[in-house]
Amino acid sequence: MFKRIFFGFVLACQATLVHAEVHKVSQKGKAFSTQALTIKPDDTIMFLNDDTISHNVFSSSEGTRFNLKIQLPGTRNGQKFGKSGAGEIRCAIHPGMKMKLIIKE
Amino acid sequence: MSGIRLVLRVLLFLSPGIAMAESQTEVQRYMQLYMRSNAIPYPEDNSYSVAREKLGHLLFFDPRLSASDWISCASCHNPGFSWGDGLPKARGHGMKTLPRRTPTLLDSAWMASFFWDGRAATLEEQALLPIQAMGEMALSLSEMVGKLTRIKGYNVLFEKAYPREGITEKTVAKAIATYERVASVSTEAPFDRWIKGDTQAISSAARRGFVLFNTKAACSQCHSGWRFTDDSFHDIGVRGDDKGRGALFPDIEVNQFAFKTPTLRNVAWRAPYMHDGSETTLVDVIELYNVGGREKRASLSTLVRPLNLTEQDRKDLLEFLGTLSSPVRKTEIPMLPR
Repeated sequence: MFKRIFFGFVLACQATLVHAEVHKVSQKGKAFSTQALTIKPDDTIMFLNDDTISHNVFSSSEGTRFNLKIQLPGTRNGQKFGKSGAGEIRCAIHPGMKMKLIIKE
Repeated sequence: MSGIRLVLRVLLFLSPGIAMAESQTEVQRYMQLYMRSNAIPYPEDNSYSVAREKLGHLLFFDPRLSASDWISCASCHNPGFSWGDGLPKARGHGMKTLPRRTPTLLDSAWMASFFWDGRAATLEEQALLPIQAMGEMALSLSEMVGKLTRIKGYNVLFEKAYPREGITEKTVAKAIATYERVASVSTEAPFDRWIKGDTQAISSAARRGFVLFNTKAACSQCHSGWRFTDDSFHDIGVRGDDKGRGALFPDIEVNQFAFKTPTLRNVAWRAPYMHDGSETTLVDVIELYNVGGREKRASLSTLVRPLNLTEQDRKDLLEFLGTLSSPVRKTEIPMLPR
């Protein structure tokens, strides 16, 4: 019984590892590298600051709320998202930087 | 550091004449970033028409859009003061002093957001807020629509501008926004003539100032492009308790004490400076940046740091900023319908 549960747990972990993807989004020239992105539940977005100035990626939308805080040039920060939702990701400093995010299976 | 920036930085250490002669190609390439945009952008649901501009012109100058019948949009956004009021802080209903300085409308058609804290996303949205604000024009929108509807001339003009839409909050906002988009476009300044190829349009000191602006003084990190702003929000170290955009986003540290980067068009004619008029002259503004901000809070922009500008650097920057001034577009005080 214990063995079965253990194997089940390992399989579940592997399934998660296989399915959860990491999407890269670059910030350069005060713009995101994409204007819209659709990801799967539990995926992560890696935000790379490829600019010469700092950025502050965040979302105040209900389904995608987060705040990466100040991100210096040359740094990267990952943000894991939930099961579902949709919203807008912005830079708190530069209002021209916007991208749509959809999380769905 | 990009090749162009490296070359510009090296130029600072060369004599101005040689620098400009030897680096013409590089500087010209950099100058491309400041070429003016000509076509005014309009939103899909409020395209341009002469009737709309004319109606907006009347509404902009009409003090009956205030509870006192005495304050119009133009009271604070006076074209004679480069679409500002020249005061450290604006004055509103009952001559009460408001917490912030009147922002200029110059080139407002291209702005990414409105007010010092960027709380309005469009000119249409912006136009209605000071009318309703109790400290400013203090008129409810229903009273505004009522007052305008009772003025016979306006009924005809609204029908021409927005057929079958009537006099509503929306059509008032749309007309004012249309006028503002057109009237506030800055005219060609000496800097623009220099960018276009008139080598004598600005002095050698101003040309040195332009290089400094883009390199050592780092002004162009935010005051970029032909409008001299990227509309970004920063705490630049102005003293005071006003949290600016932080009041809208209390959880975002970089937004605390942060205000919108204003255009530098006509900046030499628009003293005093900052969101609260706390810097009296441009010399004071340059000093604020030179010391890396007057108050160093956790929210201070990473771009604001001591600059070590020499006396000559400051003079050159000042000379350069003076080349961004030009008279506003010719605008008339219109005859208002009764």
